[in-house]
Amino acid sequence: MASQSYLKEFTKGILKENPTLVGLLGMCPTLAVTTQAANGLGMGLATTFVLVGSNLVISLLRKVIPPTVKLPCYIVIIAGFVTIIEFLMHGFVPSLYDALGTFLSLITVNCIILGRAEMFACKNKVLPSVLDGLGMGLGFTLALFTMGSIREIFGAGAWMGLSLPDAFPTMSIFTMPAGGFFVLGIVIAVVSILTKKKAPAAVGCAGCPNASACSGACGKPEEKEA
Amino acid sequence: MTLLQTLVTVMLAAVLTDNYVLSKFMGICPFLGVSKKLSSSLGMGAAVIFVMGCAAAVTYPIYTYLLVPFALTYLRTVAFILIIALFVQLVEIILRKLLPPLYNALGVYLPLITTNCAVLGVTLNNIDDGYTYGMSIWNAICVGMGFTLSLIIFAGVRRKLDQADIPETFKGIPATLVAASIVSLSFSAFSGMM
Repeated sequence: MASQSYLKEFTKGILKENPTLVGLLGMCPTLAVTTQAANGLGMGLATTFVLVGSNLVISLLRKVIPPTVKLPCYIVIIAGFVTIIEFLMHGFVPSLYDALGTFLSLITVNCIILGRAEMFACKNKVLPSVLDGLGMGLGFTLALFTMGSIREIFGAGAWMGLSLPDAFPTMSIFTMPAGGFFVLGIVIAVVSILTKKKAPAAVGCAGCPNASACSGACGKPEEKEA
Repeated sequence: MTLLQTLVTVMLAAVLTDNYVLSKFMGICPFLGVSKKLSSSLGMGAAVIFVMGCAAAVTYPIYTYLLVPFALTYLRTVAFILIIALFVQLVEIILRKLLPPLYNALGVYLPLITTNCAVLGVTLNNIDDGYTYGMSIWNAICVGMGFTLSLIIFAGVRRKLDQADIPETFKGIPATLVAASIVSLSFSAFSGMM
């Protein structure tokens, strides 16, 4: 494979196939931890670590894991990496560990990770899988950081902990849960303009690891698009 | 506080003030995915209440009597998600054999629940909040009810949203998220209750 296509595996996740803003995966952490830009960044990097690690291991084991029990296998591998990052964060950045709380453990069920395992790592060689994980992780980090910046600037009048001039008007609704939904809606709309695509109509089954099992019960696109 | 008061407090907190979907952001994917129709909202809600209650009932003793005595509490994420994944499979098999009508109603939603972070979240929060065994199960069932309530309310909102004239860029998910923001705002009014 040429180096150009390796580059493509890496860059596709950042904007064109951004897992959160285009693929609509991993919405829970995107909304929950982004009250501050720094938290979004930390969560994004933690998820990237888990994603690269799980893609690496799953790609290495892709011929060993029997298809019938692949979901439990993937989940155990992912949960193992989540436990490692929990230890690392608890030890080195305890304040971030406290801020992320349960959502650090919940990286395990982040559908981006299981989705990439199912769609990419189990079919591809090690290097493309790692690059795919890295690109998707960075795309996720970018989305979280953007969300966090918007919400922190407008909601708390600060950015990365630096406070803006007092004259800057703040609206506390941006740091409330309602603001999370609102900002994400706006950001997705903006990204759909930037990528010149129509905004996704529904949470798609494309990235959902359970799509084959649920026969599209989750997000069957409505047949109203004329 | 009497037992009844505690039960009611936990229920109000789980259903209204700390609604898992609208204020804790857990289970957003099914919230956005399944809330298109009232019937599927009810089906998914019922499946979640059931699995949450059972997951809490199974994970609590495993944490208290297996992980704590052997100082393995750091393995709880791995242990809990495995239990939930196995449990969902088990429930699916049992329902298919014993209660086909219920399986037909809930079956399609069961595999989705494995990756529903609200289920893992409620089992972890039960441990963190120091609930007793009975209270954990009650809390889990109430959280499930809160999840169902938000799904049902949102199904109604989306029906109206489908008929609205929305700018091209906002069609689909962006408009849905902005609507969710307004529903969430109305739920934040409950926070003064407790």
